[in-house]
Amino acid sequence: MSGRPLPPESPEGAPFWDATRERRLVLPWCKDCAAAFWFPRAACPRCLSTAIEWRPASGQGTVYAASAQHVPANQAMADRVPYAVALVDLDEGVRLMSNVVGCAADDVHAGMAVQVTWEALEDGRHLPQFEPVPGGRS
Amino acid sequence: MTSAGGAAAVVGVADAVSPTGELDGTLRAIEVGVVREALADAGLTLVDVDAVACCTGGIGMPSLELAEYLGVHPKWTDSTQTGGSSFELQLEHMVDAIAAGRCHTGLIVYAATPRSARKRGGARFSGSAGQASMAASGTVAPRLEWEMPYGMLTPMGEYALAAARHMDVYGTTSEQLAQIAVSTREWAALNPKARYRDPLTVDEVVASPLQAAPLHKLDCCLVTDGAAAIVVTAADRARDLASPPAYVLGAATASAHYMISQAPEITVTCGADSGARALAQAGVTAADIDVTQIYDSFTITVLLALEDLGFCAKGEGGPFVADGRLGPGGSCPAQTSGGGLSYTHPGMFGLFLLVEAARQLRGGCGERQVPRAEVAVAHGCGGAMSSTGTIVLGTEATL
Repeated sequence: MSGRPLPPESPEGAPFWDATRERRLVLPWCKDCAAAFWFPRAACPRCLSTAIEWRPASGQGTVYAASAQHVPANQAMADRVPYAVALVDLDEGVRLMSNVVGCAADDVHAGMAVQVTWEALEDGRHLPQFEPVPGGRS
Repeated sequence: MTSAGGAAAVVGVADAVSPTGELDGTLRAIEVGVVREALADAGLTLVDVDAVACCTGGIGMPSLELAEYLGVHPKWTDSTQTGGSSFELQLEHMVDAIAAGRCHTGLIVYAATPRSARKRGGARFSGSAGQASMAASGTVAPRLEWEMPYGMLTPMGEYALAAARHMDVYGTTSEQLAQIAVSTREWAALNPKARYRDPLTVDEVVASPLQAAPLHKLDCCLVTDGAAAIVVTAADRARDLASPPAYVLGAATASAHYMISQAPEITVTCGADSGARALAQAGVTAADIDVTQIYDSFTITVLLALEDLGFCAKGEGGPFVADGRLGPGGSCPAQTSGGGLSYTHPGMFGLFLLVEAARQLRGGCGERQVPRAEVAVAHGCGGAMSSTGTIVLGTEATL
């Protein structure tokens, strides 16, 4: 179990967090733009349309940037230091912040192929995390 | 007295109220509603908007947070808060900006849900007043929901990500970043007011404890108390006063995002936008700048700004600084007060840049005076590289 402070949950983000209860990664999709966007919000940031639906994401992505935190951001992270914070470009064309686990934090670099994994939170939600794809990707 | 008389007009309006005194939806959803309606009323879309003013909602930079939420990258922004008159004041500012050609189409937005909040009862979690008010409005600031859960160290975490990618893409090294701290300390040694004046070496910077990799402790600005103030007046009054004036030859600001995960490209800041416009207004290029004051929140902030202001090409900031040219006697004297890295840093250093730039142009910097300084640039960078402001100052001789 995580031990991290629980992420606050907005009404706009609720469908995302609900899916994490089942370890499913979903993204908000604007039907008018026919494209995903991030972060979840009341209207598409490209066209302000409210015709939004939620679509499953593959969980595959590429690290855009990563930094190993050598000082914990809060008490709950103290025994994980150093841990990697990363910006991950999902195959669906959106970028989100997460952690990369399953390898040395200082080894995570831009261009690394990653896939989603899950960290259980105390309230039944899961926090998306990413791990290196075994053998990379072609 | 001149006025901007007739230079700008209100072309779209909207209001959202309810007979019950309560509106449904989160604060942001309500804002989106009135923005959509006002744009439709004007026959415009989001794509037409290049200016945003807002002083409510958010957790620290209301107009930038709203702009990010709407997907707008404003050339002009205003978060001024004066209570109920804020909106007239924001319009006054916006009209002058439009008349001066700084922007052409802006939004001024306001929403609050105190009645619903009273029913909901209190904030769900402690934090800043902005956080509490957002919670009371039934929503969460996006940075708290989508970034902070991952344990990013602040305030350096965002800048560390930019430095890490710059290294991955361009091969920039920790030693090159460290040279920026070393050169800045050389200026601090010449400033009796600086916090740290002892000589510093690249090895010492790189050996200092890692914070968020690749940034070491000595890559990061100080935490000190401090204060600054400037007085600004019209050019025709400026000549008869007690100190030689530093004329504002160019001024421009830009914003691309609020939080780092929304930045389009983290190795390029919006300084490329504000810098290009400010320098063009002043009729100069980076080659004409005699003395440079860049907000050195972190060594990487300086490196990115040097590239984005045109001192060197994108990706070449590391080799550019490596020979110590930013320091005393160098070809690109920069952060001559000793900067946020060695002189002072109470949280937001930008005003000190203007103080030092003006002092250099007066010739009043004693041991740290850059000879024959006629043109200075002061470049502020705020948030998670969320906003930049570039000011070009010049002596009387440059007019």
